[in-house]
Amino acid sequence: MIEIQNIHKSFGTNEVLKGIDAIFDPGKVSLIIGGSGSGKSTLLKCIVGLHAPNQGKVFFDKQEFTAMDFEEKVPIRKEIGMLFQNSALFDSMTVEQNIIFALDMFSEMSKSEKRDRANFCLERVNLHNTNKLYPAELSGGMKKRVGIARAISMSPKYLFCDEPNSGLDPATSILIDELILELTQEYDCTTIVVTHDMNSVMGIGEYIMFLHKGQKFWEGSNTDMLSSEVMELNDFVFASPLMKAARDTMK
Amino acid sequence: MIFYYFGEYLLLLKKVFKRPEKWRIYWRETMHEMSDIGIGSLGLIIIISTFIGAVMTMQIAFQLDSDFIPNSIIGQINRDSNILELGPTISALVLMGKVGSSISSQIGSMRVTEQIDALEIMGINAAGYLILPKIIAGIVMVPVLVIIAICCALIGGMLGGILTGAVSQTDYILGIQAGFNGFTIAVAMVKAFVYGFIITSIPAYKGFYVRGGALEVGQAGTRAVVIGCITILASDYLITALML
Repeated sequence: MIEIQNIHKSFGTNEVLKGIDAIFDPGKVSLIIGGSGSGKSTLLKCIVGLHAPNQGKVFFDKQEFTAMDFEEKVPIRKEIGMLFQNSALFDSMTVEQNIIFALDMFSEMSKSEKRDRANFCLERVNLHNTNKLYPAELSGGMKKRVGIARAISMSPKYLFCDEPNSGLDPATSILIDELILELTQEYDCTTIVVTHDMNSVMGIGEYIMFLHKGQKFWEGSNTDMLSSEVMELNDFVFASPLMKAARDTMK
Repeated sequence: MIFYYFGEYLLLLKKVFKRPEKWRIYWRETMHEMSDIGIGSLGLIIIISTFIGAVMTMQIAFQLDSDFIPNSIIGQINRDSNILELGPTISALVLMGKVGSSISSQIGSMRVTEQIDALEIMGINAAGYLILPKIIAGIVMVPVLVIIAICCALIGGMLGGILTGAVSQTDYILGIQAGFNGFTIAVAMVKAFVYGFIITSIPAYKGFYVRGGALEVGQAGTRAVVIGCITILASDYLITALML
């Protein structure tokens, strides 16, 4: 479980996050949604420790992450898997080397065990015969899947995804969403996904937090969203005629 | 403002010199960097220093064209100039352009594509993993390259002298042997060691803290080379003043 309390973050005079509280449960896919500039990626970076919040606390299973120094955070970080918006694969390494990198650093596994683990992770994301390829030789969807394979290589307890669907075609997007949902249930991990993809929201949003201008405006499930009266949320989610029609039909 | 950047640079170095997560991986990276910095720059250093040596011989011969000065002095001046100044400093300035800009753009592009964030998320000390092997490779390989540069400059000086008739081979060899003071080599090695640190750490710092995109990565590379060259010249002055 991850709990955040009263998170504030400013860059200079620009206050991006204005006191966010939330609890993210294990075994569930939690989504942070909001328009561009609403602070959702900043919030994710505050949670994983890439940004230090100006105020507020982050707890990973009751341990105060924000109060720890770099060395103290390492055991928790080993349990974190993260998929970045642009995959952030290491350019100078092959797909296999990308996946076994964390194992190389932190485990005492033999070479063959690490290779087996890489093959298992790649098979889990439906990638075959890509072990020796470099990231530059992969398509956008394949990069995302390698990113997920790398994220699960250490069997994470916490999984974070920053806009996993950006730049993908709708079919691949759905595959990635399904994969995130399956992995969350398989590893019983606490998964937080930052997205503004409405297919993801409707498809895998078990808990959704809507950010607007750095504040939490709404929280609930994807079914709760259909009956929400919050104007800002409705303006964001049902902006397109297609989504409006879908809501009316589902109602 | 300069103190802010200097403080940030020192804090980065503090992170760099933390205990590595796994020595074996750092060792592998260091070997890889040594090959990149050392073998990768060897051809350029040989060509530049050979020509500098040849040109030095011709210019010294031109300036000391007198019946009262023995020709062997050409070799002697060429030797001391190359060991004390041209070998270490010109090599360092050339390496700053080649190696420095490469380090800055490599680390900078890793920063803007979130690869450094990915390392930190995994619990890896990104500064240590990315920069420490480069610094070790720099302080080991730059002195090696400087020794090679000095040798090539002396050989180039002899070739230049023979080809133009400025000095005979016998006089030149007599000159480079006469009055040799081994301390000059020590000064050259101290300079090379310090330059090796500057050539790797300043571009790594500029790349590590770059913000933005491809344009900023390029700008960081340019700034790293400019700041690095000025720092090399300032430390050249300081080491010379302290040691000679």
